[in-house]
Amino acid sequence: MIHVEELYKRYGDQQVLNGVTFDIRTGSVTTLMGLSGSGKSVLMRHMIGLEKPDRGAILVDGENIVGMKPKQLNRIRRRFGVLFQEGALFDSLSVRENVAFPIREHRNLSETTIQEIVVEKLTNVGMREHQEKFPAELSGGMRKRVGLARALALEPEIVFFDEPTTGLDPITKSAIYRLIEQTHSESSITYVLVSHDVQGVLEVSDEIMLLFDGRIAARGSPSEIRDSLDPAVKQFMTGSSDGPLSIE
Amino acid sequence: MLCRWSLQPFGNESLKVLESMTNTAKNSDHSSLKNNSNTTRSRFFSIIRSIVGGLFEQLLIFCEEFGRIIILFGRSIAWLVRPPFRVVQFLTQLNFVGAQSVLLIVLTGAFTGMVSILQGYSGLHRYGAESMLGATVALALSRELGPVISALMIIGRVGSAITAELGSMRNTQQIDALSSMAVEPVQYLVVPRILAATLTLPLLALIFSFSGMVGAYLVAINYLGIDPGMFMSGIRYYLDLDDIVHGLVKSLVFGLIFSLIACNEGFYSTGGARGVGIATTRSVVVSAVLVLISDYMITAMMFRST
Repeated sequence: MIHVEELYKRYGDQQVLNGVTFDIRTGSVTTLMGLSGSGKSVLMRHMIGLEKPDRGAILVDGENIVGMKPKQLNRIRRRFGVLFQEGALFDSLSVRENVAFPIREHRNLSETTIQEIVVEKLTNVGMREHQEKFPAELSGGMRKRVGLARALALEPEIVFFDEPTTGLDPITKSAIYRLIEQTHSESSITYVLVSHDVQGVLEVSDEIMLLFDGRIAARGSPSEIRDSLDPAVKQFMTGSSDGPLSIE
Repeated sequence: MLCRWSLQPFGNESLKVLESMTNTAKNSDHSSLKNNSNTTRSRFFSIIRSIVGGLFEQLLIFCEEFGRIIILFGRSIAWLVRPPFRVVQFLTQLNFVGAQSVLLIVLTGAFTGMVSILQGYSGLHRYGAESMLGATVALALSRELGPVISALMIIGRVGSAITAELGSMRNTQQIDALSSMAVEPVQYLVVPRILAATLTLPLLALIFSFSGMVGAYLVAINYLGIDPGMFMSGIRYYLDLDDIVHGLVKSLVFGLIFSLIACNEGFYSTGGARGVGIATTRSVVVSAVLVLISDYMITAMMFRST
């Protein structure tokens, strides 16, 4: 469904993406992992079309979104849903209005139908009782749940999650992963996660890719990655400070 | 000699050290003299290089910023005429920029008018020209004080709010969220603000001038004892439609300038909360300075044409 081919991106002196190539299968839950600052979020921003690479291609069902005109890019983006790291909810809109926003923009539905969809999406994420609240009144975990409801509002084909559990307590983390599993099982949406939460990712992913030094250093099923003998992969999965990986 | 004399109480050893130091200095003088001259010259050139480099860097930054503003203006014009038209967002901004600023404008206008009449009286009274008071204040308000002071008040209130809001949205990825939902951020956020500010500022300038005249009239009649008929007839005789249009044209330009700068600073803000703070300050200062510069340029152009 998504094919990334030889992607390069430099910021100043830092080569963040150094020839990244991979595929994401339709209907899978694929997770990109790596050290903090390794370029995972940058890679995801490229896949959504928020950044342009220096070189390379990103094909979504055969269409290269790199260098696409805004109108065509928006046509592709209508198939996406994105959950940003802090939720990125609109401060001036209530929870209900945030979830209704993409529906109003892209569907020609009556207000009653829109509200029914909003209530359904918020119920799925356990936020129905908080419809009238504003984002500033919500906790971090609640904002992410509303963000997930908004990302799924148009029943997209591909959903991107940027660090969905970063900064959350263990119970809320577990709730978010359960939501990801539950919503994925109800449809054939392709999920792309960016995370460094090893334990949670091993439970929900169909495929894991590790990004080191701007390249995909390893990929495989959760069990393959967990049992890998590659020193860098082992070091990352165990969280050990000894090994070839360094944070400097 | 002086060193020898001062060191004598400390004995021969100190004198020997002094002689050794003097010999070392003499021996190194010839070669180090040339080295010192070279060092001074290279230091001088490096200072010149850093000054020129710094100025050049500032010029490049200015060009980059100016180019970005022009591009944002171009994108705004392009998205203004393309559907979907953001009517709700435009009306919301019209309310924020216009309706919610009226009380501020009425207050500042009234006091500006009251001060103007007092200052005008202290000047004109010396020549027995009190009959010109009404006209003088009316002309000053409609051509200059109304557009400029109302613009400065709105820059402080609205310009800073626009920059802070858009900057905060940028830093919390709300603008990225709009893009990812296939909603053009310039069309949704920037165009309504620029349009509302450009169209509203002339109306606010008119309200400023009117409330200024009311304040001036009340002070003139009740405090300075000016004849009401004389006050009003001066205004009727000397104030033309051209004077009012002169002020409205200025306000239109001021509204476009400050809203474009406020949106540019906020939309492209980086650096978290500190960056938003810096952008907000810069937005207000740059807008105010450009309003004053453009005020002179427009006045000069209109002056030449009359």
